[in-house]
Amino acid sequence: MAEAHPVGFQWVMEAKKRGATVIHVDPRFTRTSAVADLYVPIRAGSDIAFLGGLVNYVLSNELDFREYVVAYTNAANIIDERFQDTEDLDGLFSGFDPERGQYDPRTWHYEPPEDPSPEEAEMIADRDGDLDDDGRDDGEEEKESSEAAHTESHGSGGAPVNWKGRRDESLQHPRCVYQILRRHFARYTPEMVHEVCGIEPEQFLRVAEAMTSNSGRERTSAIAYAVGWTHHTVGAQMIRTAAILQALLGNIGRPGGGILALRGHASIQGSTDIPTLFNILPGYVPMPHADLHQSLEEWVEDDEGAAGFWGSIRAYAVSLLKAYWGDAATPENGFCFDYLPRLTGDHSTYTTVKAQIDGDCKGYFLVGENPAVGSANGKMQRLGMANLDWLVVRDLQMIESATFWKDGPEIETGELVTEEIGTEVFFLPAATHVEKAGSFTQTQRMLQWRDKAVDPPGDCRSELQFYVELGHRIREKLAGSTDERDRPLLDLAWDYPLDEHGEPDGESVLQEISGTAADGSPLTAYTELATDGSTSCGCWIYCGVMADGVNQARRRTPHWEQDHIAAEWGWVWPANRRMLYNRASADPDGNPWSERKKYVWWDAEQGKWVGDDVPDFIADRAPHHVPEKGAKGPDAIGGSDPFIMQTDGKAWLYAPLGVADGPMPTHYEPPESPVRNALYPQQQNNPARRRLDDPRNPVNPSISDVFPFVFTTYRLTEHHTAGAMSRTLPYLTELQPEPFCEVSPRLAAERGLEHNGWATIVTARTAIEARVLVTDRLRSLRLGDRWVEQVGLPYHWGPNGISTGDSPNDLVNVTMDPNVYIQDKVGTCDIRPGRRPRGEALTSYVEDYRRRAGIDLHRPSDGGTG
Amino acid sequence: MSWTARLSGRLDDVTGDAGYDEHPPRVGFFTDTSVCIGCKACEVACKEWNELPDDGYLLTGMSYDNTEALGASTWRHVAFVERPTVDLGMPSVGPPGPAPGETMPHGEDQAAQTAGGEIRWLMSSDVCKHCTHAACLDVCPTGALFRTEFGTVVVQPDVCNGCGYCVPACPYGVIDQRKDDGRAFKCTLCYDRLKDGQTPACAQACPTESIQFGELSELRQRADLRLAELHEKGVDVARLYGRDPDDGVGGDGAFFLLLDEPEVYGLPPDPVVTTRDLGSMWRHVGAAAATLAGLGVAAFSGRKA
Amino acid sequence: MSPREQAMVPEAEFDSYYGRQIVKTPTWKTPDVPLYLFLGGLAGASAVLAEGAALTGRPELERVARVAAASGAAAGTVALVHDLGRPERFLNMLRVFKPTSPLSVGSFILAPFGALSGAAAAAQVTGTFPRLGRLAGVGAAVLGPPLATYTAALLANTAVPAWHEAHRELPFVFAGSGATAAGGVAMLFTPVDQAGPARRMTVAGAALEIVAAEALLNRLGMVAEPYREGRPGRLMGLARTMTAAAAGATVLGGRRSRTVSVLAGAACVTASLLTRFGIFEAGIASAQDPKYTVVPQRERLRRRTGERTASGAE
Repeated sequence: MAEAHPVGFQWVMEAKKRGATVIHVDPRFTRTSAVADLYVPIRAGSDIAFLGGLVNYVLSNELDFREYVVAYTNAANIIDERFQDTEDLDGLFSGFDPERGQYDPRTWHYEPPEDPSPEEAEMIADRDGDLDDDGRDDGEEEKESSEAAHTESHGSGGAPVNWKGRRDESLQHPRCVYQILRRHFARYTPEMVHEVCGIEPEQFLRVAEAMTSNSGRERTSAIAYAVGWTHHTVGAQMIRTAAILQALLGNIGRPGGGILALRGHASIQGSTDIPTLFNILPGYVPMPHADLHQSLEEWVEDDEGAAGFWGSIRAYAVSLLKAYWGDAATPENGFCFDYLPRLTGDHSTYTTVKAQIDGDCKGYFLVGENPAVGSANGKMQRLGMANLDWLVVRDLQMIESATFWKDGPEIETGELVTEEIGTEVFFLPAATHVEKAGSFTQTQRMLQWRDKAVDPPGDCRSELQFYVELGHRIREKLAGSTDERDRPLLDLAWDYPLDEHGEPDGESVLQEISGTAADGSPLTAYTELATDGSTSCGCWIYCGVMADGVNQARRRTPHWEQDHIAAEWGWVWPANRRMLYNRASADPDGNPWSERKKYVWWDAEQGKWVGDDVPDFIADRAPHHVPEKGAKGPDAIGGSDPFIMQTDGKAWLYAPLGVADGPMPTHYEPPESPVRNALYPQQQNNPARRRLDDPRNPVNPSISDVFPFVFTTYRLTEHHTAGAMSRTLPYLTELQPEPFCEVSPRLAAERGLEHNGWATIVTARTAIEARVLVTDRLRSLRLGDRWVEQVGLPYHWGPNGISTGDSPNDLVNVTMDPNVYIQDKVGTCDIRPGRRPRGEALTSYVEDYRRRAGIDLHRPSDGGTG
Repeated sequence: MSWTARLSGRLDDVTGDAGYDEHPPRVGFFTDTSVCIGCKACEVACKEWNELPDDGYLLTGMSYDNTEALGASTWRHVAFVERPTVDLGMPSVGPPGPAPGETMPHGEDQAAQTAGGEIRWLMSSDVCKHCTHAACLDVCPTGALFRTEFGTVVVQPDVCNGCGYCVPACPYGVIDQRKDDGRAFKCTLCYDRLKDGQTPACAQACPTESIQFGELSELRQRADLRLAELHEKGVDVARLYGRDPDDGVGGDGAFFLLLDEPEVYGLPPDPVVTTRDLGSMWRHVGAAAATLAGLGVAAFSGRKA
Repeated sequence: MSPREQAMVPEAEFDSYYGRQIVKTPTWKTPDVPLYLFLGGLAGASAVLAEGAALTGRPELERVARVAAASGAAAGTVALVHDLGRPERFLNMLRVFKPTSPLSVGSFILAPFGALSGAAAAAQVTGTFPRLGRLAGVGAAVLGPPLATYTAALLANTAVPAWHEAHRELPFVFAGSGATAAGGVAMLFTPVDQAGPARRMTVAGAALEIVAAEALLNRLGMVAEPYREGRPGRLMGLARTMTAAAAGATVLGGRRSRTVSVLAGAACVTASLLTRFGIFEAGIASAQDPKYTVVPQRERLRRRTGERTASGAE
């Protein structure tokens, strides 16, 4: 965190000053490790084994926060008897279809109620109808579109659990989640952690003891993570393991606890809230599927009425449609639902790149994004861009993605010839974040409004101005058209006030996002959203950020003038609630677990929840309230159901639905690995991982002498992402002026690498060169009876700027997490001293490696299961 | 106070001694390297505020330090020292080898320190010390270097004629001449910002408050408390450097909390202002001049031509 | 450092920051500054020689010495101005008078000396304004010894280990070296019958220089290494040999043979020049190797405070 978020890290140092213990787990010893109390070196990609080890430690020693676990998690829930664990099936869960490479999750579900209501009985019959004994679909065709991105179709709360099922609160039933969890993680012993992760048992136990002794009524522990967990084929499951651990320790929804995803600087949190992702709409409302959702009804019926606030999805969806199409959206036309684009399959970024290469995708907007350096398998990115009809790049600097056609690596090797590239490239200079007004959303879900400080120079413009203007011009061209296809554009509510420079008023957009009532007055909370089209709201979780017409995100009361919640700095979604699920900070009776960790509690006299923060609960719902049978939406939330976005109100130690690769996390090796999966030798990799089968994306064979070392990419404080904002500035460039790799002394000795010399790093994709830093900070790891070496690569470099070099992401293969389509940044490689070959010699050098490794470009993904 | 005492040794009102009748309290930096995260925001903020030129783009191999040292165009320099504290028993090429003539670092192995692992990574933001007895100021023949009303030491670039005398005079190796310019430059403790009541750029930018700015007397108290706190936690390696007004330069206006010997960070272990020996120097010069004169006289005594 | 040289001095254990120097290398240019050191010594001692010659009626000697003093001062001034980073601002040297800065003091010695020695030489050479010329000459002679020796303080009043530690001996080395240089120039250009005082000054200066240099090398301990090793060591050794030989030759044959005088004189001048370059380069070398800063300071600390405790209370 000190490397990538040094300013945010000041709060970790502040905590440390006040007595917090800081533990840092990372393949390399970074500037965070330097100030941590304990540094744990770990083999890149093996985090599930480590976290699972901690889970096992908690469960085996019964160190879980029992009252919390019983009351607030689904530990007591009993699972369907057809469920089979990876321990039963050598690394697979029940329901796996090897042909499609996917799971059917229906056997993972909660056991049906013994006494189902008629509605429930219907759902049970539906579910069981086409399941065969293996728990897999009996062969009925499922359209490709329905499988695509199914996991996000449940929005932020996870899949709707259709029945709450039976619970054994003694946690003894052999099929209750608690016992299933115990069995599942039983072999994640300290010795196993040592063998898989390379972490010494004594060190592992120090972490385990530190965390468990610092959790419970009186104390809480927090976990922070970033792309070290997300950039893996098991990334979502890594985070799930942490969630399980924290739920077992009672650290969720309590002050000083939680899991913090350290989102990126460029308002990445905002870019998923108001998304630039293909499969979700603002507020994590799922994109409709062309085949499954032919109408508004069909779109919202799955989730509508589901317990919890997610059940009000119709109101959110309708209000969103009103924001888009304003007066044109009426109850009669389903609020213009038909105008919404629909998914027909997987449109994720790597799939799109392949479509570009295959000629199916013709155009591309790159707005503040530099895939030629920042995305995995750079060659594929550039080949895709070379095959477009047109490419629009908006950026502050002339980035590599805009100049690939004249100076990309493929020009040097001859794989691409400038004169033969037909892409028409448009470059538009962009305004920086100080040259425009707008909000950023950060890790704490906090929106902070930035004012404009200076006018942008020359022709630079903000994205807001670009898109508004683009919209106007397209609408002008389409004006008077009678074609139905043009109506979605012509009917858009597209009326934003402009200033004298033509810059749209950002606050007017924020107001549109925050929402208005029928009379145009600003909304205050998402509970005001209506299903009848009387409200308009561009993003339900942001509803209220312009409450009373005041830009709440712009509030800047300094923290020394407020209490520790500091509610008057910025605005946090939803409803300025600073900590989610904070009902869990009080026990089932509504009293704080301890005086020390008091946060939100039930005031019986006032009949409502009170506290320092906005309670994340229905204000007047008593602690022991039992909902009526058949209650819907928020009414179905019980008094002790803190996890109000889950349909059963509990934290899921076991995810019956909504996760593509298993209800519980399991350790699998990265697609390229030097070792066999010690836990499940028969199941090397994540069975559900998504592959990108393309001859330009060959995967290294695992456990190979040709590619014997692990490599992983990461960041340096001095540079920023793909380098356009740092390698073009002298003051930052001189701090880290050349690309380098980091290796342990042992690896340097083994391969003859010289400190401050050059090295060439090779994978099946390509070879790059970098300077060498021999350092003890990259630890040689002992896994069982062998050494595993890791090559560390800061990824910031590309051919443009003051400091230039090869891009490490060119080495990375595209194999993705099945839940979120994110690539794995761990792979295998070879490393040799000296600079790499140039021109055509480079391609033959790489081909030689592929030959020796036995890689067949007709079956490029087969290398992965070596 | 005798003039010799004013050249070195304790001097409680250095600004008054420099000739100011009224002046604000002396200010400076306390750099607590135990909370430095090596982010180099200080280096960049300083360069931006003072519009300094870049220092070239050279990968040094000195851990993450590519800035190398303080100089005419670098007024904040973050040092990085990787110290393996346990022999891992493996064949190793090792980090950059010792310079010719230098043996492997000795350094007592104080195990009770920062990271609980086997490596320590020391980071420290170095800066001009704004000494109480500043050798650069003492030797400057043009008066370009002067003591400000804040007790800091500043070069006036419109007076400096690049004689270069300050460069070897500094016991810490801070000030230097800029080659393409000819003049000498160093940290001004953001004199311009101080005049507007602002905090120096580096202190403003430092996210962890490793660089603390304020009245020197208060900073010294704070540092003493911090040192005691660290010692209580068992961090015996912690020590203050440049805090003592009785040291060889009369105490530094910018002083440090270090986690190892000063020379590990590139700082002199026992800096003394060269001016301390000035009296002796002039006496010996005088004696030698007299000797030469005497030689001259003796050469002519005896027969005339 | 050759293995043989390495064995001479037992290696001290010390820490450093990647072997980098602590004190900055002086930015003074070579040959400008070492040349100035030589010229200042030559000029200052020549002024004394000139005045003595004037008082004792040795016009040839006087003329040579006056010209040497004046041209030494002039050339030295040029070298100094050329060495400045901003030569056009050389007059800023006279903005203030600072006794703590030998360079300031030196400017106020060199400036009047240059004027006075120039006037005296002009008067002597052209034969005009003889009385004023003599007066100027006296002034120059008074300023001469300071001119020749203050430069030792210039070098010593820095953090450069080899210079600062030598601050007691260096003035005497410079005095002696200046005397040999002045005597040598005089021996070069003056007929032997008038060059007697020059010869005496040469020999006395040589003795002074050699004794002072020896004292320096012995007292400085480890910091004397840069004076003994590498190029500086070679320059110093050669200079000492030449000085001793020249002094010996002067004693033995300087009075009788013009040739010996000339050769000895040339050797003296060269040796004086080499000495200054050697001292200059020794200083540079001592600044560039951190051990000369760290080891003596550590020693000093240890002696002063006993074994340094980990708490480092200073």
